[in-house]
Amino acid sequence: MDMKRDYYEDVQVFTSKVIVFWLGVLILALAIFPFVAKNYYVYVANYMAINVIVVVGLNLLVGYTGQISMGHAGFFAIGAYGTITLMTQAHFPFLLALPCAGLVAALFGFLLGLPALRLEGPYLAIATLGFGITTTQIIGKIKIFGERQGLHAPDLTIGPWHIQTDKDFYFVLIPITILLVLLARNIVKTKVGRAFISIRDADIAAETMGVNLTFYKTLAFAVSAFYAGVGGGLYAFVLRFIEPELFNMFMSIMFLTMAVVGGLGSMMGPVGGACLLGLLDLQLRNILEIPYFGQWIKALSESYFTMTGVSNIQLIVFGLILILIMLFEPLGIFGIWIRTKKYWKMWPF
Amino acid sequence: MAFFEVKDLSIQFGGLKALDGISFELEKGEVYAIIGPNGAGKTTLFNCINGIYQPRAGQIMFKDKNIRGKKPDKVAKAGIARTFQNIELFNNMNTMENIMLGRHLYMKTGLFRGAFLWGKNSFAGKEEVAHRKKVEEIIDFLDLQAARNKLVGGLPYGTQKQIELGRALALEPELLLLDEPCAGMNAEEKQDMIFWVKDIQDELGITILLIEHDMNMVMDISDRILALNFGRPITEGKPEDVQKHPEVLKAYLGEDEGECAA
Ligand SMILES: Nc1ncnc2c1ncn2[C@@H]1O[C@H](COP(=O)(O)OP(=O)(O)OP(=O)(O)O)[C@@H](O)[C@H]1O
Ligand SMILES: [Mg+2]
Repeated sequence: MDMKRDYYEDVQVFTSKVIVFWLGVLILALAIFPFVAKNYYVYVANYMAINVIVVVGLNLLVGYTGQISMGHAGFFAIGAYGTITLMTQAHFPFLLALPCAGLVAALFGFLLGLPALRLEGPYLAIATLGFGITTTQIIGKIKIFGERQGLHAPDLTIGPWHIQTDKDFYFVLIPITILLVLLARNIVKTKVGRAFISIRDADIAAETMGVNLTFYKTLAFAVSAFYAGVGGGLYAFVLRFIEPELFNMFMSIMFLTMAVVGGLGSMMGPVGGACLLGLLDLQLRNILEIPYFGQWIKALSESYFTMTGVSNIQLIVFGLILILIMLFEPLGIFGIWIRTKKYWKMWPF
Repeated sequence: MAFFEVKDLSIQFGGLKALDGISFELEKGEVYAIIGPNGAGKTTLFNCINGIYQPRAGQIMFKDKNIRGKKPDKVAKAGIARTFQNIELFNNMNTMENIMLGRHLYMKTGLFRGAFLWGKNSFAGKEEVAHRKKVEEIIDFLDLQAARNKLVGGLPYGTQKQIELGRALALEPELLLLDEPCAGMNAEEKQDMIFWVKDIQDELGITILLIEHDMNMVMDISDRILALNFGRPITEGKPEDVQKHPEVLKAYLGEDEGECAA
């Protein structure tokens, strides 16, 4: 046995100087980005960061613990409405309102986790789907949440700093995103994460090794809901206006697609999936502006898919991507990444 | 009071009496084997002890406490670990992490301290290192160094069985249930397994309840044997006596001679 083996190597975040270097480059690039990019792309980056937060949290539940949720838009809505309401009604500062709203979402996650203990596979999918739809229905009927008219986000100040533009908000959002991804990564590497994975891989064996299934499954739901809640709270300030219709079933399915496309059960995969599909989602919304092609898509959508058509092209594309990934690359982007890495290691042989 | 005792245990699946009035006692430190033909109810007995199945009647006493009806994780906490007949490993974790899960009950890092794993001197960092050292000892003991950082799903069958044993040992149990530890192994792997089981008994002082079809192994390492058939006990006693029992010969050895000789 190697007496000098450093066991911390197994769990440390930065396994080599190369990774530290690239992380430094990434952070630098993220810091410069809003100064060189057009304002619209700063908005796009903000949108992508929100998706990263939600999808990383969703992945803790779906990818690591092996439970499904098709209702994450519900937690997302709770976070968005919670943050705004805590700020306007209870006069909480933003940086307090946000985690509090996240905790409210976590509480709902815990409650949803309880019946989920008895449900598996498709039954759990239906139950969580129902939760997502019900949540937004109820929110749309409550007066302080603005009913169907929705809510405007209040002015945002952190200490003396008045946050007005997308660029300002970018500097709030990106550090929070990086922090949350790192926390998730640490959770996965330690006791709780191992318990999650053990439940996914062999729940009976996990139980006989002392893992309390009730505790860890509900915990996974709660943590995942917390991430969605925080993401929602931040989203309210990206849009500056929220209404119940935003948080529909398709949003839940979109989050799930991002996690699957990225690669369930890896940390960086879903980050990639969230960025890529987040970008795609926004770009597809503009597709109608493309000459000829846009008109053609519109006609196609109207005659074959829905009458209101137009806006739902991204749903069709997302559905298609989901099916293709399931068929050809079940490990998602993460799987492609691993194969490319192998390929380059072997190259040119 | 006995160290471990099963009293009149019965369980039924539909009309099938999988276990029907099973009773036996274990003394601390012995290796006690359970034999019987396929479908005799051996694995079902383990599942009852573990709390995976809920027996219809009877008692399971461990260190003077009735553990019947307790949930599997509580049974583990009481000090009982097991391996499975059909390997139940965490396929997408490596060997180290699989065995680390056996340390679950000894670790205190929760969600928050885990999330704040900032460096070697954080609580979570120190705890991870301490328990990995412990697991490394098990990896050395079972000769698993080569598999240490590999995902277990792709490892050979015999190695997977070893890892399962390692994971159970990491729990530091007082009673260890082994469900056919040698099944599917080649002669050399079997020899190693026999050696380890003896070591676990002698050096770690762990009491072992063993299910095994390989009669050579059973005769070699068990102190006493209980033979079952159709969920009922046939006989109990020293290996040489059980081996000669006419009903055992008829119900078990006679039918499965090929398998026993293997
Ligand atoms: N969950 C269950 N539901 C229904 N029947 C079961 C269940 N578990 C076991 N049985 C039945 O109980 C009987 C005993 O099964 P068990 O697995 O305990 O046998 P075994 O002695 O371990 O056999 P083997 O040597 O093949 O492992 C069998 O007839 C089996 O079909
Ligand atoms: Mg069996």
